[in-house]
Parts: sequence; C-alpha cells; structure tokens
Amino acid sequence: MADGASRPIRAALWPALVLIALLALAPALSIWLDDPFTVKIATRIVIFAIGAVALDLTLGYAGLVSLCQAAFFGVGGYVVGILAWHQANSEAVLAGWMGSSELALTLPLAFLVAGLFAAAVGAVSLRTGGPYFIMITLAFNQMLYYGAVALQKYGGDDGLQIINPLTLFGYDISNRYKFFYLALTMLLATVLLIDRLARSRFGVVLRAAAVNETRAIAVGVAPWPYRLVAFAITGALAGLAGALLAASQQFISPADMAWDRSGDFVVMTALGGVATVWGPIIGAAAFIFTELSLSSYMQHWQLPFGLIILAIVLLLRGGLAQLVDLARGAKKGGEAVHD
Amino acid sequence: MKSATIRRCGPLTSGMDEAMLLDIRNLEAGYGAARVLFGLSLSMREGEIITLLGRNGMGKTTTVRAICGQLRPVGGEILFKGARIEAAPAHRIARLGVGLVPEGRHIFPNLSVRENIMMSAIHRPQKKESWTFERVLSFFPRLAERLNNGGSQLSGGEQQMLAIGRALMTNPDLLILDEATEGLAPIIRQQIWATLENLKKTGLSMIVIDKEVDSLESLADRHYVMEKGEIVWSGSSAELEADARVRDTYLSV
Repeated sequence: MADGASRPIRAALWPALVLIALLALAPALSIWLDDPFTVKIATRIVIFAIGAVALDLTLGYAGLVSLCQAAFFGVGGYVVGILAWHQANSEAVLAGWMGSSELALTLPLAFLVAGLFAAAVGAVSLRTGGPYFIMITLAFNQMLYYGAVALQKYGGDDGLQIINPLTLFGYDISNRYKFFYLALTMLLATVLLIDRLARSRFGVVLRAAAVNETRAIAVGVAPWPYRLVAFAITGALAGLAGALLAASQQFISPADMAWDRSGDFVVMTALGGVATVWGPIIGAAAFIFTELSLSSYMQHWQLPFGLIILAIVLLLRGGLAQLVDLARGAKKGGEAVHD
Repeated sequence: MKSATIRRCGPLTSGMDEAMLLDIRNLEAGYGAARVLFGLSLSMREGEIITLLGRNGMGKTTTVRAICGQLRPVGGEILFKGARIEAAPAHRIARLGVGLVPEGRHIFPNLSVRENIMMSAIHRPQKKESWTFERVLSFFPRLAERLNNGGSQLSGGEQQMLAIGRALMTNPDLLILDEATEGLAPIIRQQIWATLENLKKTGLSMIVIDKEVDSLESLADRHYVMEKGEIVWSGSSAELEADARVRDTYLSV
C-alpha cells in the first residue's frame, strides 16, 4: 500500500490472545444476561475475524488489496452446504460418494477447495499490480458470485438450506455454545498461523516486496511465488470462515459472497489496523457491532457508518489498533527518515 | 584537440573471455524513445575495482540498471562470468552474484535492520566463504546496536551501511555501488570509503560510481569516463591523475 513506508513494525501476538480470551467469555455473558443473541453475535464476530485476519496476510503484509475475499468465503460455505445437501437427498456427489455433514471432513475440504480457487485466481490476478489487481480480483469475485447464482440445483439466488444436523467427530454440533468454541478454536489457529507466517522469512519477503518490489528482486527474491502462496492461504482461510458461517446459520446464499462483502472484509482489516494479527479482530468486532446498532436505528445505516470509517481512517492512520498504542504512550515507530 | 589524449575502447577480442568477470560489448539501452547508451563497451577482471566517471546524465546509472537486469538493453551483450545476462530477469542476475547498492539506498523501511539483512540471504548463491550476519556486522558495528530498529528509524549514514550490508549478504562476486557517499556528512563518507578499502582487501570486485574522484583514485584500479552514453577514456588511477585534460573536460562540474 502507498503508506507502507510509514507503517510501524508492530507485530505483537499477545493482544490477539487477550482478545480471544475475552471472546471466550461470550457464552458465560450470554447465559448471565439470559440472552442467546449475545453468543450468536459473538460467533459472527469470530467467523468474520477469521476472514479479516487471513486477509491481513494479503492486504496488510503483502500490500495487495484483494476484493475477492467474499467469493472464497462463499466457496467454503457452499462446500459445506452442497455436501450436506447430497447426504440429505441421498444423491451421489461423485463416484458413489453421498456427501457428508461431518464437519471434521467438510471444514478441511472447504479450506482446501477455497485455497485451490484462490490459487487459480491469484495465478492470473498477480500478473497485474496496483489498481488493476483490485479490478481483476473484483471481476473474479463477480464471476464466482454469478457462478453460485447459476447453481439452480442448490437453490440458485435463494440460497441453500442445510436441513440435516451437522456433526463434529460424530457429535452433534448444533448447540450454539459448542459451535462458538469450535469457531473460536479456528480463530486461534488462524491467528497463530498468520503470526508465524508474518514473522518468518516468508513474511519478511511479503513485507519487503510490498514497499519496494525492485529492491526485493535486486537481492535475488522474486516476490511472485510468495504472493501466490499468501493469496492462496488467505483464500483457504476465508473458505474455512465461510464454511463456519454456513454451518452456524445452516444456510448459505450468493448474498454471502457479493462483492460488497469483499469490501466489508477490507474495511474490517483496515479499520482495526493492518499488519497486526489483532487489529482485524477488533475491526471485525467493531464492524459487526456498528452494523447491528446502526441498522436498528435506521434503514440507511451505511451512511453514518461510512462517516465513522472516514473519521477513523483520517484521524487514526494505523486503524483502531493505534488507539492502544496511543493509550500506552508508545512512540509511533514509523517516522520515515527522508534524505 | 582532445583526440590526442582520448583513447577509445575498441571491441574486445573473444580470446579474453575467460579471464573476464564482466564484459560489456556495444551496449545500447534507453527509456522508450530516449536512447541513453550508444554502443558502450567495458570489461573487468576478477578482483578488479573499476569506476564509472562522468557528469550527470551521461548514462552511468543506466549502465548499472542494464547490468542488473532492471533495464532491458536494445542492443549489445553483457557477459558475467562468461554467461550472457542481458536478457536475464533481475532476480536471476542477483542470484548469479551481482550485488547492487542503489543510488538513494532504498532500504526496506518497514523491516527491522535484522530483517533487511536476512532478506538478502534467502535466495543467494552458496559459496565457500559465505557472508554471515556476524561478518556483515563486524564491518558495520553501528548496525549491531540497531538490529531491532526499523529501517526508517536509521540516519542516512546508517541506512547506507545497511544498504551495503544488504548487498554483501547476497554473496556477490561483483558489488556495484551507485553514489554510495552522496548526501552524507564528511565523517560518514570517510567511514564508507574506509569500508570499501577493507572490502578491497578481501578481493571483492567492485564497480564504484561517485563524485569524489580523489577517493576513487586511491581505491580503484582502473577508470572509465563516460560522455553521452559512450566510454571516451579509460585508464589507471595514475593515468587519470596525470591527465588534467580528461579531468577538466569530462569531470569538472
């Protein structure tokens, strides 16, 4: 991204673990408040946080603005939905296999299939750069969106209902508290994976190439394969998040993969603060809270929401994560020395 | 009038190939319609230090960019260790052993000093005596105190040291320094020249571009003077020092 040069190096893992620990209290809060809605919101936050943290690998570390995240999210959701549909209708998916509603199988499959889609999209999109990359990922998002609309057998525009109960290692997972902890475990895994990648040589290459591709190449590092792997990992984790959403609401529809949903992911990641693993968690939480509270007051909640985002972007250039830095009195680490 | 003192470099005979580290023949390059290099030829042996001299806009940086693969030449050949590289992608040329300290330094501002150096070791060629982290830091002790600082938090001189350290870490057989002392305080410039003298003792081949001709004369073995995209003079440090006319004609600002 353009302001990569002034982006501070702040990659602490512990704030993300604190946030996850706080989120883990949501079911207790839900029981105490006697409000089942609380845990539903928390589940939604956790699911979107997985997609946002994953997007940060591409957006924050590699500096590539992708508008295809929702499509991979939807692909993951449809993998879970379609496999459950085949089991419910006793119709073979391929070679006599009747599908499955076992999440221990369908979640990894959703991760894999979305990752393959992302690798294919990335292989083409990463040939371009800058605004062209944004446009081509947007185009792929629309292609996959209309691809889902065209799936008449699986509900087309109306979406796909999951009617059979989903299981995890044979155990019913429809209990919303159990499901919440499943999603939270996935978020923890995502955070640990992205943090590990960002600190590795792999992450160093992504970050270096984000600010100066020519110099990365001049020390012998061609960034293209690194970016492709990052894009595929981001897409695969989006697929995992989409699979969890489909499982949690027992429903997936093309609306979950519309291009503006891709924009939402970018907003969540940027809102919380790019190039941290915890910023996107705050971003996802803030986004979903704001969406909920504003939409209960007015129909056109996007208008004040847009103003709030503008204010955050203009006043806190490091996103919401910068609030914590300010509170700690930490010096902003990225004052570039210009010659 | 000047022709008496100017020796044009003729095309090199192919019999010299094997001894040459770098051999550029009739190089033509430019930016779109604007041609910058018009049949430039130069060569250097392993262990040699040469300079490119000349005023601004004569094609020194363009020559460097062509060697490093950042600019595709429209004509001519570049041989590095006997292999044609003028059409090779830039990252391959770096992996063959061409290290560049670019004009303007261009360190990675969002990486720490440690990560900046580490970045260069990822795809470098393996050598008997590889540059290690410790060896780079022994050349630049100031960087050792700044390992976890962000690249953008360094002073200009420290950034230059980091840029050189980063290039060394690629295990280069040829190190190219483009205006490595530009814009630095005199005391820092002295440190950079001292570092280059130390690197010379290790036998590292270098191409150095700089405005400080006096320092270059003591560091380098031979000099090439460029004028309008061509080599118009070449000779040893002693010859350059003795030739007031070349200095006045091509090097005075």
